[in-house]
Parts: sequence; structure tokens; C-alpha cells
Amino acid sequence: MSDDAPILRVEDLVVAFDTDEGELRAVDGVSFEVRAGRTLGIVGESGSGKSVTALALLGLLPEPAGRIVRGSILWGGRDLTKLPERDLEKIRGREIAMIFQEPMTALDPLYRVGDQIGEGLRHHRGLSRNEAREKAIALLARIGIPAPAERVDSYPHELSGGMRQRVMIASALAEDPQLLVADEPTTALDVTIQAQILALLADVRRASDMSVILITHDLGVVAEFADDVLVMYAGRIVERASRKALFERPLHPYTQGLLASVPGFLGNATKKRLPTIRGLVPDLRTLGAGCRFRDRCDRAIDRCAKDDPSLDPVGDRAVACFVALAEMEAR
Amino acid sequence: MIADPSSNPADAEANLLSVRGIGKVFVTKRSFLGRTLASLRAVDDVDLDVAAGETLGLIGENGCGKSTLGRLVLRLIEPSAGTVRFDGRDITKLDEAALRPLRRRMQIIFQDPMSALNPRMTVRAALGEPLRIHGLVKTADEEEARVAELLGKVGLRKEHMNRYPHEFSGGQRQRIVIARALTVGPELIVCDEPVAALDVSIQAQVVNLLKDLQDELGLAYLFVAHDLSVVRFMSRRVAVMYLGRIVELASAESIYEGPKHPYTKALLSAIPVPDPNAVDDPQRPARIVLAGEPPSPTDPPAGCPFHPRCPIARKGLCDVERPLLRTIGDTKVACHLAE
Repeated sequence: MSDDAPILRVEDLVVAFDTDEGELRAVDGVSFEVRAGRTLGIVGESGSGKSVTALALLGLLPEPAGRIVRGSILWGGRDLTKLPERDLEKIRGREIAMIFQEPMTALDPLYRVGDQIGEGLRHHRGLSRNEAREKAIALLARIGIPAPAERVDSYPHELSGGMRQRVMIASALAEDPQLLVADEPTTALDVTIQAQILALLADVRRASDMSVILITHDLGVVAEFADDVLVMYAGRIVERASRKALFERPLHPYTQGLLASVPGFLGNATKKRLPTIRGLVPDLRTLGAGCRFRDRCDRAIDRCAKDDPSLDPVGDRAVACFVALAEMEAR
Repeated sequence: MIADPSSNPADAEANLLSVRGIGKVFVTKRSFLGRTLASLRAVDDVDLDVAAGETLGLIGENGCGKSTLGRLVLRLIEPSAGTVRFDGRDITKLDEAALRPLRRRMQIIFQDPMSALNPRMTVRAALGEPLRIHGLVKTADEEEARVAELLGKVGLRKEHMNRYPHEFSGGQRQRIVIARALTVGPELIVCDEPVAALDVSIQAQVVNLLKDLQDELGLAYLFVAHDLSVVRFMSRRVAVMYLGRIVELASAESIYEGPKHPYTKALLSAIPVPDPNAVDDPQRPARIVLAGEPPSPTDPPAGCPFHPRCPIARKGLCDVERPLLRTIGDTKVACHLAE
């Protein structure tokens, strides 16, 4: 497979939730690609739609409230939005694996760690109980769990948060997936444990040609880990760029504001006040016409209140902002 | 203002808050007859000072005792050992009646504003209650005017006072909690992870608000957080905790530019930097990834509590003898090998 070939292509994805106050489009017209062996970071704040995008990819939207309204998710020649659950089940875990922020909710408290790691191997690959157990021990050793032959018989509650996250990663890697979707994998962990898990993920990625979608609110994690970055805001992608381009020269006023408001970023640490983005994220149920960021934007022009900017390419990146686009074209 | 940024015990009298030898043991298991079977030393022999109008940052990971310490200094939980002096007065032995007038002068705000606010009380009621209880307003009109004034101080509008907590965003709710802490005119506020639950863009707004209020009202903060960047931004001095003890205490600049304790060094190197050039820089010192996890406070290791994870620990010294805080330059550090 060539380096540039996309293994996943998402086109015009719209995901809606039914709420008491009407329909809410958590993801509203999102298109992107994941290339082989690359890590795509998706960064955004709560309500940006980043996690819902991940759930939709795997057919894991909470039913019946959430549904895919339109769009396609192309994976290996198939459109995942059209597949029945029993076909999706075969893809999940085997081809596309997922790890979550809170491993305690993803691991079954009633099953031993080894059984959970081995479950897919027995179902999908037809391994015997003993073979699955041996493979589970090998995986636990690979992800740095001390005394793996003993740990394989532990229950999730007997492990620390960092260890549980390792077990979830072992479980995700069991069947050598082509794509790993990691949703805030280190957010619940302490800094020193986060460093361990990020180092582990980096090792795993180096050792295989697996692609990764890394979903996070932490710009530092994206800067260290991603090759390409999508910035999401209020259900839309507002900017796409390589990691280097994004941090060196953010184009969208939201990306600029977000980077500037991180206390550790550039010269921020010792400033008297932090730059902020004024106001609040808009209510997705009552969006009017125009750009979703305009009420918080210092650079908004008249057009921003009338027209909805699309994610337009500029060179090898893209931005959804009339002002940024005009500036780039004038250069 | 005190000249020595690492604080000087001799100045204990001059500080707004002065804590000496404070400790807290939680009993985790009792026998049928009430005898202690197992216990956990959450905070162990800690000294710290906070001067009027300054911020002392307190950093550490889950379970290091930083939140317990924040509650101990306000006597929201009873210490097992040590003393807390507030404005020169030992408050450790005061009974609740004697403590009440002092309670007005020290407040606390928590991570989760939703759990700190009564969902059935309007903002007006939530802020009006402490004003009335402490006799700070005489009439309903006066109360309303004062609530409106407080809302203005934290960047909310007068119209907000008739709403309920669920009608606000997380950042707005934290503003309400801050306004409520201000009702009684405190001099010290313990901020326990005040922005940890907020989005980055909202976090910056609340951090700025806390700084503005400090400038305007001369507040002192004990700022407890796990986010090292936020702590640096807020604090003049910083204390680093590990397993119930302070392992390093210095000016924010010294902690962040020249950390001396191997744990502080590892913590700082573990922060992901939002700067790809720094990440890719071959000159950048390699990240120190600590092995293992913090030991359990129910069964702390002998010697230095950090030695099982320490990259420079020396056998026969660090696993035997517990290091005490000692002064190097303007830093206090609890490490045999720090220099």
C-alpha cells in the first residue's frame, strides 16, 4: 500500500441526536481521510463532535437517540453506514479497534483480564482457550505489564487506572487492527502515567503499520503524537493541516484563539493574563445562518453572519473561514 | 511581601496562613471493637506558609494528599497532628463557635461547580443566604444590590440572578461558585482544581478572573491543581507533593526553570508541549518516563517515598533513610542527592 493511500474515507457525515428540545446535529457535514500508517489527531472542546465522529465510525452511536442522517464511511471498499450490525461486529476489534478515556467502563468488571483480551481471538480467529490465554500473556508483556502470567487472571478492579488503560490497549491490539481509534486515551490519567501510555502507543505504532485516529482536547498531546490534525468546532471541521503547519501558522481564528489560551503555550506561562476566546460555544439546537464561530470571533465580517463557510483547501491544508481564506489567497 | 520566596518558618507570625507539622491519618479498616487495623497517612508532617495576597500553588498527582491538605488548612477535616495558624491565631483547637467568625475569612472552591450548588436554589438565593447568615445585609433591597454587584465582579449579569444552576454552562457555574465564596469577604481562598473540569477556552477565562479578583481584592490563594501549566500561570511559589509530603518548594520560576527533585523533573518533562518544533528538536532533553506507579499510602516504602521510581536513587541510602526538606539556593527539596 502506498503511503498516500487513504484506508478510511469519511464523506459528508451528519450525525443527529433526538433530544427533548428537538434534533441536535452533533456532527454536521464532516469529511476527512485517514492514510495508511499515519496518525490523525482530532482536536476540539466538549460538544465539538469529535467523540461522536469516532462512535459513528464504529457504529457505536447510542441507540435509538443517535443516528447517521447522511454521508458515507468508506472502509476497504465498503460503506460502513450501510452495513448491518453483524457485519460491523466482524470489523470492530478485528480491523478497527478502539480505546476509550475510561477503561473501567469499557472493560467488563465480571471477566478476568485475560478472558477479555482473548475473547476476540477465540471468536474471530478460532483460537482455543489455552492458545488465547498464551497470546493474552504475550500481549500483556508487550505493553509492559509486570508479572503478566499472574495479571492475566486479575479482574479490572484489581488494577490501577494506568494498568487498566494498558489492558485496554492490549485488548485493542490483540487482532492486529489496521486502524486504532483512541478517544482521549490519557485524559483520566496522571501526568507521569500519561507519559508512559503515550510512550507505549508510540512504540506500538512504530512496530506496526497501523493507522491511528487520536481524539483529544489536549493540544500538547496532538503536537507530540499526530501527523495530521483536524480542528473541530460545533460539529464542523474548521481547519485541517499537518501538525507542523497547524502549530506554526494556525489559520482559523478559533484555532488561533485555542492555541493562545493554553497556559503553557509559547510565552504564555509568565504573561499577566491569558488571551481568551470570549463567550460560549453556541447551542447546536438553535444555530442560525452563517459561521458558527462568528459571535466569538474578533475578525468576523458581514459575510460571516450570512454565509456558512465550507472547508476549502489552501495548498496542502484547508480552512473554513472567509477571512483566513481571503488572506491566504492575497499572499 | 516576603523576601525569601521559599518562605521562612521564622516569618510564621507574619503570614496569613501558617501550617506546621500538619498530618492526617485516615483509618481504612477497623476491628469489631473499633481498634485500628489499617490506616492511610494522607498528609505527613507538612509545613507551609501563605502570605496575604499571594498564591501558593500545590501540585501533585492523584492520591498525593494535595486536596486533603487543602481541607486541613480550613479545618474542614480534623488534622491528626500539627497546627494551622490563620492570621497569627492557632485555629487547630478552636471549637466551632470560636471558628465561625474566622470561617468568613477563608473559603474554598471545588472542581465541580454543579455539586457545589443546590440545584433548587436560584443564584439570588445561593448568594443571598451567606450574606444574611453572616448579617452582611439588612434589607432585601440591600441583599439584591449586593448580589448584583457580586455577579458583576465575576463577569455575570444582574439578570442571571433569577436563574437556576442548570441554566448555566460549566464556566458560568464556576463563576457563580466564585461569587458565592466572595459574599463573605474572604482573605484566603483554597482553590481545589478550579478549572480542571472546564474546556481550554473557558479555563483561560476563569483563570484570568481569579487573577483579576486577586489584584482587586488582595486575596491569597492556595491553588491546588494537577495541571502544571495552570499552576505556573497562577502562582508566585509552588509546592510539589508526593505521597503525602512536600518534596520541593520554591518560587514558580525556580520550580519550572530549575527543578531540583527528580520527581519534579519527571513531572515537568512529562507535560506534552503544544509546539512541534520543541517536540522534534534533537537538542531537547529526552522525556523522563518514570517506571511504575505511585506507591500506596497504606503501605509506603521505607526510606524516600519516591525511591522505587527514582532514576537516580542510590542503594543503601535512598531506600533506607527518609530525606528531609533542606535548602539549596532559594529551593527547599527533600532529596539526598539533589544539588
